Amino acid sequence: MDIKQRTQMYTSLSSFARKCIFGILSVATLPNHIAFIMDGNRRYSKQHNLVDGEGHKVGYSSLMSMLRYCYELGVKYVTVYAFSIENFKRSPEEVQSLMDLMEEKIEGLIKEESLVNQYGVRVYFIGNLKLLNKSVRLAAARAMDATAKNSKAVLLICIAYTSTDEILHSVEESCEEKWDEIKVLNDKKHEKDIISVLDIERHMYMAVAPDPDIIIRTSGETRLSNFLLWQSSNCLLCSPSVLWPEIGFRHLVQAILGFQYNLYYLNKQKQT
Amino acid sequence: MNSEKTRVPSANGDAALNDKENMSKELPAGLKEELMPKHIAMIVDGNRRWAVNKGLPGMFGHNAGRTILMPLLRLCSQLQIKVVSFFVFSTENWRRPTEEVDFLMKVVEDLLRIDGEELHSHGCRVSVMGDKTKLSETLQKLSAEIEEKSRANSGTHIIFAVNYSGKHDIIRACRSLATQVKDGVILSNQINETIFAQELYTKFVDFPCPDLVIRTSGEIRISNFMLWQMAYSNLYFTKKYFPDFGPNDLIEALLAFQGQNDVLC
Repeated sequence: MDIKQRTQMYTSLSSFARKCIFGILSVATLPNHIAFIMDGNRRYSKQHNLVDGEGHKVGYSSLMSMLRYCYELGVKYVTVYAFSIENFKRSPEEVQSLMDLMEEKIEGLIKEESLVNQYGVRVYFIGNLKLLNKSVRLAAARAMDATAKNSKAVLLICIAYTSTDEILHSVEESCEEKWDEIKVLNDKKHEKDIISVLDIERHMYMAVAPDPDIIIRTSGETRLSNFLLWQSSNCLLCSPSVLWPEIGFRHLVQAILGFQYNLYYLNKQKQT
Repeated sequence: MNSEKTRVPSANGDAALNDKENMSKELPAGLKEELMPKHIAMIVDGNRRWAVNKGLPGMFGHNAGRTILMPLLRLCSQLQIKVVSFFVFSTENWRRPTEEVDFLMKVVEDLLRIDGEELHSHGCRVSVMGDKTKLSETLQKLSAEIEEKSRANSGTHIIFAVNYSGKHDIIRACRSLATQVKDGVILSNQINETIFAQELYTKFVDFPCPDLVIRTSGEIRISNFMLWQMAYSNLYFTKKYFPDFGPNDLIEALLAFQGQNDVLC
């Protein structure tokens, strides 16, 4: 057997093994929406003595693998924290290299043979897109257009995003929408009725998806770093200590088992 | 309980070294003063399960929860933590059986009346954050009294979140800003994160954002506590039920917090 045949056999075996494990996981409720904070690319670069920026490329292939596992399992929504507004504060060279990488990968998404077309995934870019440079913004718009007809699953890429910015934007939009009603407000008592939780939620960038069931942050950091604050209120938080480029199938399985256990425990609590 | 220390910078190296030695003698278990969190938030969870484990009715656990508060607060004061907040009652908790809700409200009354008084006598500032309009008249009165009395205190600021919801905190801020926009006080595109934060319940707090959030009883979620304020908080989860979470456990949490932050510096 030559290398190519061996690789093919290995890939088929792994795929089959995954299908078996997914079959077992599917016995209990599966999460509908998983979110990832992809932390640890730079540390991975340093640890393996790679050129600055190589860590992000390795991180990208980890991302593709995780997306494949999620969509194979039947998870409908996957959200990833690709670039925070805070990250603009990094060195201009790093920011530019990240932007270039993202533009390259976004173009890749639109190709025929890409993962998103394989699994019928609709792509959304979530965040304050006005902060991006023109070419990335245009690439993102093209990708959203090209995948608009896909309906089997959804990928939300948070780029130029922070939760506090999302909430502020939502507040601004709600005020503007209700401006006419607020203008004629004479009686202070009715103030409370004008803007409600539903109005704020409607204007969130993330309104296109339900709240996440699990948030997985790699590299052992236990903080949300301004990611999905509003939406994470009742969500399970997982923090495996591996760096993002090292994340694998077993970490996903662990997170899902944790989710299922939690659900079972919560339901038991409700009954007592 | 609250000792104000002023450090005078010294040109004499020996004096400075002694100063450092004295400081590390005061701090337990290798904690570093410079890495101490300014604001610790605690999501109080597990009171009922603690009681049920001991064969008691669930709601009695809330009394045990109240008992563990003072040793924890004493430690926080000793470590000169500036703000400590406790998620005592969430807006979702109204769904619990009436008997338990009434019992819990009585525990909160005692907390404000008796413990609040003791904290005030030690120079701590006590506040209650949440939608007080839905609370009993007694509770509203006790809350107003202790807040007024202790407002000028300069010791640790202790906040009890009662009938609090992170989402409603944000909505309230939104409504207030909407009115200001309507009255022409600000333009809607002038609203930024600083202006927004000044409308939240934590606007009166010197350090509104928790550096460290601790949740007891093994649940790994935020459950609608201070969502905006916790954007960058370090989250620490422990399996211990709240009545079992003592000063030593808090030290362990602080060591973990300092360990993580040391790496990042």
